[in-house]
Amino acid sequence: MSEEQSQFLRRQKCYKTAVTLVRALIFFGFAALWEIAAQLDWINAFIFSSPSRIARTFLDMLNDGSIFNHISITLGETLLSFVLILVFGIGIALMLWLCGPLSDVLEPYFVILNSLPKSALAPMLIVWLGNNAKAIIVTAVSVAIFGTVLNIYTSFTGTDPDKIKLMRTLGARRLQILTKLVLPASINTIISNMKVNIGLCLVGVIIGEFLAAKSGLGYLIIYGSQVFKMDWVAMSIVILCLMSMLLFKLTDIVQRLVMRIF
Amino acid sequence: MNAILSLKNVCYSYHTADGETEALKDINFSVSPGSFTAVVGASGCGKSTMLSLIAGLIAPSSGEIYFNGVPASQSNMHIGYMLQRDNLFEWRSVYRNVLLGLETQKKCTPEKLELVDHMLGAYGLAPFKNARPSQLSGGMRQRAALIRTLALEPDILLLDEPFSALDYQTRLEVSDDIARILKEQDKTAILVTHDISEAIAMGDQVIILSTRPGRVRDIVNIRLTVPGKERTPFNSRSAPEFSSYFNKIWKELAQ
Repeated sequence: MSEEQSQFLRRQKCYKTAVTLVRALIFFGFAALWEIAAQLDWINAFIFSSPSRIARTFLDMLNDGSIFNHISITLGETLLSFVLILVFGIGIALMLWLCGPLSDVLEPYFVILNSLPKSALAPMLIVWLGNNAKAIIVTAVSVAIFGTVLNIYTSFTGTDPDKIKLMRTLGARRLQILTKLVLPASINTIISNMKVNIGLCLVGVIIGEFLAAKSGLGYLIIYGSQVFKMDWVAMSIVILCLMSMLLFKLTDIVQRLVMRIF
Repeated sequence: MNAILSLKNVCYSYHTADGETEALKDINFSVSPGSFTAVVGASGCGKSTMLSLIAGLIAPSSGEIYFNGVPASQSNMHIGYMLQRDNLFEWRSVYRNVLLGLETQKKCTPEKLELVDHMLGAYGLAPFKNARPSQLSGGMRQRAALIRTLALEPDILLLDEPFSALDYQTRLEVSDDIARILKEQDKTAILVTHDISEAIAMGDQVIILSTRPGRVRDIVNIRLTVPGKERTPFNSRSAPEFSSYFNKIWKELAQ
């Protein structure tokens, strides 16, 4: 390795360390400022909570085990709605692609439903489906499904017509064109769509839990704010942050696995 | 006459909301087995449409296409089609790209796989079997596309300006390669091009199409003398008759 190359590598490494360092500094700086402000009564810790109060609340709930219940319910509902969106999103997009007239008929409906604020649907869904997890999951699915279908379908129809012609010259049937060309060509779109969806699912589940739940982080937030237990609210938000980070990482790993297969 | 392919009064029109466009009108010509036919014409004269008709991707508005005297609808002639762009799939390795046609037709037999391996070796792609298409040069990509087509062992090969995306140097090399490969395998080929020199260099007969609607203006049989040398497309370019053919076709196209 030449001197210049090693110097270049050193500079790169230096830069990366600096970025990580500044990131950590922002995080700990913010937490420290928050804690100090609460301790010195610059802010009212009863309303604004504080890192130490959040930690204490978390430990208390860890001891009585109730936190696991709340986390697992929210996480479970999020993952289930994510899988449902994945299956139905791709399934419906496939159906629309395979049947041209169907997509021509349905397209305006999908566009309208996609631009509708889905939180408007949630109260109605709860009346229909009851005050339970079913309503929450359907709410979460409704948040992301229409956009997913439109997005994936657009990617399917955007397949290079010249490549479709090639498949036809090789004697491929429509189903083969789908499995060998259209699907693999859209895999990037599908995965980046799923990365957005995991966040949307969490949004949907929290909206649902605000309205219809007896447990879960969304319930904890809404109930906490009603009884002025702001520590519950702040702790739930911190856990949600960690959860969405974790879920995003998970989709990242899945993406790498899928890319290796293709 | 024992033409492997003949077109009788073939017409084709496109229909759009804006109206009807006649692309081809009263096309008549025959191709004898093992020969190389070049079709020249200005852009938009329906050359590619003609190949799509022969390949059976679209049906003629009127007229009939015959393979060995049998109407196309009843014939089971295998037709290979090489498009302008190589269209290799980036998510597949070179090897799996080459197998694409065999996969779709469920013909991945040991004999076919052996043929593919042989062709990959013969045309210098064996070391790149597991490479991604983006790692190949333009000429290699076009050769991979050719092997993908030939793996299905077509009786007739249709070439839709397969060299037009290549730079001039590569273009001459790949033309020579492909002409040699076709001669070795004794294939019947139809090449569509707007390059008159390429048509004369490669073709046994050159069909000249008029502007839209495309009609056959003339069919020129090419006889070139390349003393002491094989008639490769490259050597053909230095044959004494070359320029007079060029002028003749040039004039007819300009009419």
